[in-house]
Amino acid sequence: MSTTQNPSADAATGSVKTGSRRSRARKVDGMSRGQNILRYVVLFVGALIFLFPFYYMVIGSLQTEPDSTIAGAFPNPANITGENYVAINSRIDLLQGLVNSGIFAGGVILCTVVFGVLVGYALAQLEWRGRGVTFALVLLVQVVPFQLLMIPLYVMIARDYGLADNYLGMILPFAINSTAVLIFRQYFLQVPRALFDAARIDGAGELKILRSIALPLVRPALLTVVLLTFIGPWNEFLWPFLITKEASLQPLAVSLANYLTNVAATAANPFGAILAGACVLAAPAVVLFILFQRHFVSSDIGSGVKG
Amino acid sequence: MSTPTVSSGSVTPNPATGPARPGGGGPRRSVRRRWLGKNPLGLVLSAPYLAFVLLVFAYPLVFAFYMSFHDYFFAAPGAVVDRPFVGLANFQEVLSDPAIIRSFGNVGIFLLINVPLTVILSLVLATALNKVVHARTFLRVAFYVPYVTASVAVVGVWIFLFSGNGLVNQILGPLAPDPAWLINEQWAMPTIAIFVTWKGLGFFILLYLAALQNVSEELYEAAATDGAGKIRMFFSITVPGVRPATVLVLLLATVTGANLFTEPYLLTGGGGPNGASSSPVLLMYQRGIEQGAPDIAAAIGVILVIGVLILAFIQRKLAGGDDS
Repeated sequence: MSTTQNPSADAATGSVKTGSRRSRARKVDGMSRGQNILRYVVLFVGALIFLFPFYYMVIGSLQTEPDSTIAGAFPNPANITGENYVAINSRIDLLQGLVNSGIFAGGVILCTVVFGVLVGYALAQLEWRGRGVTFALVLLVQVVPFQLLMIPLYVMIARDYGLADNYLGMILPFAINSTAVLIFRQYFLQVPRALFDAARIDGAGELKILRSIALPLVRPALLTVVLLTFIGPWNEFLWPFLITKEASLQPLAVSLANYLTNVAATAANPFGAILAGACVLAAPAVVLFILFQRHFVSSDIGSGVKG
Repeated sequence: MSTPTVSSGSVTPNPATGPARPGGGGPRRSVRRRWLGKNPLGLVLSAPYLAFVLLVFAYPLVFAFYMSFHDYFFAAPGAVVDRPFVGLANFQEVLSDPAIIRSFGNVGIFLLINVPLTVILSLVLATALNKVVHARTFLRVAFYVPYVTASVAVVGVWIFLFSGNGLVNQILGPLAPDPAWLINEQWAMPTIAIFVTWKGLGFFILLYLAALQNVSEELYEAAATDGAGKIRMFFSITVPGVRPATVLVLLLATVTGANLFTEPYLLTGGGGPNGASSSPVLLMYQRGIEQGAPDIAAAIGVILVIGVLILAFIQRKLAGGDDS
């Protein structure tokens, strides 16, 4: 899933650095006050609808008794407890789940960034035989849906290679995610080739050029790539679900889903426990995103939109 | 920056002189350049990635097609078993299975609701967000947060919200459907479609925001001089101006719909009620892994991908994304 979605993630990051500046300049061009107010009303109502489930998730996770009445949507001091977090933690090891999710996401990020920098640089700045084919492959990887590969990958990784219940088995299919390749390629394309040529004329070797010129240049893109790549594996459910049966190795998304489908009915307050687990799973991604949302929307990769 | 020591040989930079690829020189260098290109280092840098692509992409891709044409079954690792070529038998079985046909129909319903809703809402919201000055960060975050959150996490809230006596039904009162949304044959798939729209909209808003930066400001000014209203400008300038993005959004929304798994698996307890919200990928999982028929699952996958390609082709023709 992430493999297919990400093509445009790079496009997405392109959005808004230039945007905010320009739109600020063009604001209120002949727009009436009424229209402007209407715009804000629509946006705020929309935003509240979008945020409400998250608010409700937190409230629900703190309720002693699930209260699905309208009054239950407001915090009620008499009905607040941390019990649900204890309950879910006794059924699935939240910390272990977070660690597993972290290892899974970390491995994918590491592969993606390393491949991304190397291949992105090679595609953008070097001329070599097979460059065209490689670029076509990068695009193809993004276009072919993961679901088509799911069954053969399962046969290969779980059965032939014996990598079921193994971090490596979880990470492998996501290691080739092309998002980073495309973002870094775009970055390197914007570096004037003369800069590299000058270094070569000075006698710098190709590896030295990569290390001392190219790598420092993409540092700004690094955070964007890491954030974008993080979301995929952290939220991924299908693949780790297929390949991990051993509870102690499951990422949190998988163990929470298993809890939701199998054992929730046996808990005293199943919704409270599920929502508590959901908060724990959602929190890292949401917090990271809010902290770094500037990087999520800025940079200059908008050309990706045009394919 | 520095004084280049120009010699005849180094005007055209030659990586072969670098320490990365020792050896070579004189006539051999030009031969190698012809065979490997100017910077063979590119191939060296890409080799690990290409090896991975072969291993976890190209090989499984071929394998998927192979499986779908053979009587493939799970066997103990290392065991030598005969898996005869069966031609189109797997496809025949897939296409004559009403449960599978229904799952494809379900995706059709899903796409009919999700795709137009996604395109319209994300374009309208992006246009509105584009000119916002106050509370910009808050509004952006609000619309993007569902996208960055795991489906598994938000599914729990939706089950809670849309259950029989959940908050949504409490608000609707007598208007609430019975049985409740997710266990109602008519409403299960639309509810999933709305869930996915809500979840993914932030990403598509982001795409449209990027595209809106490429729409020339002068067009709006010219239109304003000619006395065009806001609505007219939206349809005559914004909509055609972001057409390439629309093609992309259509494609991605379609692919997302075709890949539907987590939502029916968790929201409606595995495609219920009565298969009304099953999806092809869910059936691939059930047939392929739970029931041990990977060949059938592979055939479903092949049909699904062909379907997506056809839809993408039609959309591209209709939206006309080639020329811009």
